[in-house]
Amino acid sequence: MSSPKEQGKHKGSKGEVSRRGFLEVTSAGGAAAATVALDRPAAAQTGAQAGARIAGPGPVAITLNVNGKMLKVNVEPRETLLDTLRGPLDHTGAKRVCDRGTCGACTVMMDGKSVYSCTVLAIDAQGSKIETVEGLTADLKNDALVKAFVEHDAQQCGYCTPGFMVAAKMLLKETPKPTYAEVKAGLSGNLCRCGTYVGLRGAVLEAAQGGRA
Amino acid sequence: MAEYNWPAMAERSWIGKRISRLDGPQKSGGRAKYGSDMNPAELLHGAILVSPYAHAKINSIDTSAAKASPGVTAVITIEGAGKEIQWEGTIIAAVAAETEVQARDAVRKIKVDWQVLPHLVQDDDLSKAGSRAKPAGEKIQGDPDAAKAAAAFRVSGEYGIPVLTHCCLEPHGQVIQWKGDEIVSWCSTQSVSNYAGDLGGQIEVPATAIKVHQDHIGGGFGSKFQSDQWGAFCAQLSKQSGGRPVKFFLDRNVELMIAGNRPSHYAKITLGADKEGKITLWESDSWSTGGFTGGNIPPIPYVFTKIANQRLSHNAVSTNNGPQRAWRAPNHPQASYLTCAAIDDLAAKMGKDPMEVFLANFDLTARGDAYTRQLKKAAKLIDWEANWKGRGKNRQGHIAHGLGIGVATWGGAGHDSRATARIHPDGTVELECGTQDLGTGTRTIMVQVAADTLGLPMDAIRLKIGQNAYPPSGASGGSTTAGGVSSSTRIATTDALNLLFEQLSSSLDNTPAANLEAKNGRIQVKGNPSKGMTWREACRKLASPIEALGHNNPRNPRGLNTGGAAGVQVAKVSVDTETGVVTLDKIVAVQDCGLILNPKTAESQVYGAMIMSVCGALYEERIVDELSGRMLNADMEFYKLAGAPDIGEMVVEMEIDPENDARGVIGLGEPPVISGIAAIGNAVANAIGVRVPMVPLTPRRVLDAMNGNGRIS
Repeated sequence: MSSPKEQGKHKGSKGEVSRRGFLEVTSAGGAAAATVALDRPAAAQTGAQAGARIAGPGPVAITLNVNGKMLKVNVEPRETLLDTLRGPLDHTGAKRVCDRGTCGACTVMMDGKSVYSCTVLAIDAQGSKIETVEGLTADLKNDALVKAFVEHDAQQCGYCTPGFMVAAKMLLKETPKPTYAEVKAGLSGNLCRCGTYVGLRGAVLEAAQGGRA
Repeated sequence: MAEYNWPAMAERSWIGKRISRLDGPQKSGGRAKYGSDMNPAELLHGAILVSPYAHAKINSIDTSAAKASPGVTAVITIEGAGKEIQWEGTIIAAVAAETEVQARDAVRKIKVDWQVLPHLVQDDDLSKAGSRAKPAGEKIQGDPDAAKAAAAFRVSGEYGIPVLTHCCLEPHGQVIQWKGDEIVSWCSTQSVSNYAGDLGGQIEVPATAIKVHQDHIGGGFGSKFQSDQWGAFCAQLSKQSGGRPVKFFLDRNVELMIAGNRPSHYAKITLGADKEGKITLWESDSWSTGGFTGGNIPPIPYVFTKIANQRLSHNAVSTNNGPQRAWRAPNHPQASYLTCAAIDDLAAKMGKDPMEVFLANFDLTARGDAYTRQLKKAAKLIDWEANWKGRGKNRQGHIAHGLGIGVATWGGAGHDSRATARIHPDGTVELECGTQDLGTGTRTIMVQVAADTLGLPMDAIRLKIGQNAYPPSGASGGSTTAGGVSSSTRIATTDALNLLFEQLSSSLDNTPAANLEAKNGRIQVKGNPSKGMTWREACRKLASPIEALGHNNPRNPRGLNTGGAAGVQVAKVSVDTETGVVTLDKIVAVQDCGLILNPKTAESQVYGAMIMSVCGALYEERIVDELSGRMLNADMEFYKLAGAPDIGEMVVEMEIDPENDARGVIGLGEPPVISGIAAIGNAVANAIGVRVPMVPLTPRRVLDAMNGNGRIS
């Protein structure tokens, strides 16, 4: 069995994942990620004493790999990856909505797996490859999923949409030809208040060139 | 005075077409910037202390430790000693600091000595409200006693629909900077043009000193019309911090407690009908709360307003909960549910198909022909005839199937809106309007109208909205924006074009302006397309830019917009009779809204509204603890919204035809969000054979009803 982190956010073709079951996977993934980072040698905790590996409580200088760029930032160890991206790093595509790992508006990819960035501490994201919605849709004009989202009008107010975009990218990466049921499951970790699910389902199916069934 | 009208249906180049929303790529790719995304230089962060009690008095408050906390630049006490607090989440004090975590640390250091007082937070049992319930409306029409005695059929039922919260995904708040004599607010508002006056009134500065910027808003649904107390204290925090900008947005829990909710409605209803099934009597005892101020009487009997004999009485119940705000079609979804559920129960009592009973009574509505036509269409789209069976009679094993009906009405005429169209000598066109795009597609329809009027491609129009520097335009509420801005745009571009025509007349053999037209990027003589010039050539003849201000005056919309939308929805559900879980299989909406500017974004409104109805019918409600007075689900884990797998098949039938088109533009924000809860509630009653009195139809409530214990709680 893979570790919770390796399992990632989506179970892909294994079938439907309930939102609640899915959360267990995600939050377990967050906890595992924390352990990994603290075990990592010299995890950039300034002032950490040899062997103790204690970071903070004040700001520490860290470097994050965001969309292929190494970005330096000072954060307190208790600050989330989401707040660090949105604040000092000014990558505001990921949104803070529930701030408790429920709604998916803050979804980014970490080492190729989608995570709720409100459940990841910034210091634990060191050494990981972080991809935000901006990086994942770098070619905005020609991105097939962006085009499909627009064509199917898969957004209204748009505040949840970037999170859905990352979830959809993850789904199609793991399951390039999803069934309709797999599309619904793949989008089930994100919530929308305006009610754009009809457009979202259509957009992801179209981007997957019709899917399997 | 000039005449204004819409081009004939066959002659439209952009109006009425399925155009994708213009800001779609920016939103999908996370590039669209909302107020909460703004990070101006020198930014500070706000945090607040809120009341943990539903009812309490502040004996004393001490902010000295907070003021001394690291990074803190300002502390403001909002509710001081002696103040009585009437709901949980009331904001007591606010802090600005260099970082958000520092601001939160400082808030934790504020000491408040509370005197906790008794509260009332639950509203489902009127007998427990005591003096907190106040009579708030009575009506008698016809002779209800005689009608009751004469009725061939009579049915009484209890129905309840709880408080919902708006739960906008972008919380309420703003980034605001008060530097010297100028204030800039990057806010999240449904009312760009009115925000400055509202904020200025709170903090006693002239509206002219306040600049408002909002390119995008992450949901409002009726809860974001004001600058709010957080606008005021955030501005004060900025001023006290030497004019540095401060970002403050509500945390999710406080957002759900205090930033708006939809009032509950409960009613005991008796309906009477003659032996042909014609409704002759409506009696209701209703009550509701929208917080401390109570709740107004809902518009019941809903749609069927012409029932001859009526007796209504209503109580407003004051509770210690956050205050109500307008919620997408205020009081209409509740009224539709109460009314349609009672009619459905009447049909069951008569042993009739509710389809038959609704159709037989549409002459008791203001638009009987429209409802009759729409319900027949909806019946066909859900195959009612083949699928409908009597209550509780459509079971396969432990799964029960059912169908239900809901009806809706709304106004939706255009609001007061001004827009300026400006044509430059280089051929470029600007359209400016102090409106906002809530995600309904306002930008897109404005550009469609402008381009259609000027005979240009859509990308030739540079649209500028979202700032109070532009001509004032109304708040986006009550489905008034589409009619308002489309009309002001049509008038502005028509007038600007006429100014251009007048200046061109001499170059085109003195052809009068009235005989010129703008088509396919050309200005030409009507009936003689070869006589003319390109748009660019025409504009080059201008010595300086020309502009025209278009005004939609709601008292005289000149036929461009009107009110009066009708809609019906029918739902098909499956209920697991062992677990009580309801699954929405399919829901059909048939909706008119006059001239439809953009069927694609219009359908999105209807889909979204139906999904919101699924949330309201099956999942979401505010849950408050009687003992502690606290909201138990002030989060998004237990304040449940439907997800992508929960919504079933959705069918939208927009009524696009010459008759509806001739009415002019009607807004669509509210109409489709009204009738879905009624339709789903009635479908569940049809499936399981009994009424579940209270929505949302949770498994517990469904099982209770099946066991004979259905009640409004």
